[in-house]
Amino acid sequence: MTPAPDLTISGHASIGDTPLFAPLTLTLGAGQWTCLLGGSGVGKTTVLRLIAGLETGADFTGQIMASDGQTVPTRVAYMAQDDLLLPWATVAQNVSLGARLRGEKPDLDRRDRLIERMRLQDHMAKKPLELSGGQRQRVALARTLMEDRPIVLLDEPFSALDARTRADMQDLAAEALQGRTVLLVTHDPAEAARLGQSIVVMTQQGLNPCAPPAAPAPRHVDDLETLETQGALLKLLREAA
Amino acid sequence: MKLLSTLAATLFALAVWQAIVSLTGLPKFILPGPALVAETWWQSRWVIAEHTWITAVEVVIGLAVGTVLGVVTALQLANSRAARVLVQPMLVLTQALPVFALAPLLTLWLGYGLWSKVAMAVLIIYFPITSSFFDGLMRTPSGYLDLARTMQASKRAVLWHIRIPAALPSLASGMRLAAVYAPIGAVIGEWVGSSQGLGYLMLLANGRAKTDLMFAAMLTLGVFSIVLHMVVRHATARMAGEMR
Repeated sequence: MTPAPDLTISGHASIGDTPLFAPLTLTLGAGQWTCLLGGSGVGKTTVLRLIAGLETGADFTGQIMASDGQTVPTRVAYMAQDDLLLPWATVAQNVSLGARLRGEKPDLDRRDRLIERMRLQDHMAKKPLELSGGQRQRVALARTLMEDRPIVLLDEPFSALDARTRADMQDLAAEALQGRTVLLVTHDPAEAARLGQSIVVMTQQGLNPCAPPAAPAPRHVDDLETLETQGALLKLLREAA
Repeated sequence: MKLLSTLAATLFALAVWQAIVSLTGLPKFILPGPALVAETWWQSRWVIAEHTWITAVEVVIGLAVGTVLGVVTALQLANSRAARVLVQPMLVLTQALPVFALAPLLTLWLGYGLWSKVAMAVLIIYFPITSSFFDGLMRTPSGYLDLARTMQASKRAVLWHIRIPAALPSLASGMRLAAVYAPIGAVIGEWVGSSQGLGYLMLLANGRAKTDLMFAAMLTLGVFSIVLHMVVRHATARMAGEMR
């Protein structure tokens, strides 16, 4: 894995003649979690998909650059709200999917270590349907880590989980993805306040950077400053709407 | 429970049939009663078995060939836009043309033997197999494709590891339809020109006013089709369950 770079996306996007988002510049700090917070339809997922090199249906004018000058889309790992586990494949096969799709031989020791790290060792041979929502998202996280990419793009990966499982997953992901350049797209102010080392609120008007709480992420759910930040972020979102 | 309800439904149908025969007093060459048909069936069981075997061979070969052709066509269509433009209209045409109209042609081209009937069966199931599998291949959940893209998967790997497995349930439903259609195709082929098979036997019995034998052959065909459908259903159960 190459060291995690800074990543900058600048430009504007439109669908036909309708602007999707105004000219903006977003910089993701190297080895940091950047939380892009916004309501539905402001184009935050489009930003993530543009970085990933995925189809967006929008016309984007601008550029996406890594500080080390290397290409971006080949160095990203992607995790979405839907766990995207293949229902016909076992947990172990799902974790090593990337290697199989590239025609490479998967590093089975690493795969097993990651599965163990996600506390899934008792479920290796199971199919995704036999797992709970939290377990499935842990498999997806193991699959993301298996890719071992310096840039990780998370598109609301925890939003379908119940509160307790979500908090657990946030802790686990924050720990596991340390040192990578992470973009977390979310509509949840609490999540942004817990995890963001840099927090940016996206509205129709553009981007508003917000100061993250002082405590190191992942912050305690009852940390006062984190709760205050959560409140402030929610207020910003409501004003924007 | 299921067996019991099937039995009850069968008994009910037999009772209605018998009631119609008794109430209307129709002569037996117009509508034979269930008892007479059963008796004829038993007396002609070896003849019926022989003709059933012929039809079964036609149907099974037709199913196999039609499935392979359909799967290959669907893969080609899914893989190439040019194939979609060129082949898809023809595919619809095979379904738009009445198979009855094609049967004499096939007999002319392929003769009175096995292959014209196999061709009929293939023709009638080719479309449902192709179109169901093709639809499945084109409806891969987009999230999987996004994920594969970020993993730098080749087109071929995506097809093999994601699109085909995701389309197997659709193929399974196409094959189940095909199991019901294939015997119809084979029997139509036999009607148009043959010297063996259940279709031939029905035609022969009808021509000689042996309506009871015709009923026996027809019911045998019905039972055969149901059994075939059950076998295919069972064989494709795993395929259909892949996306559960």
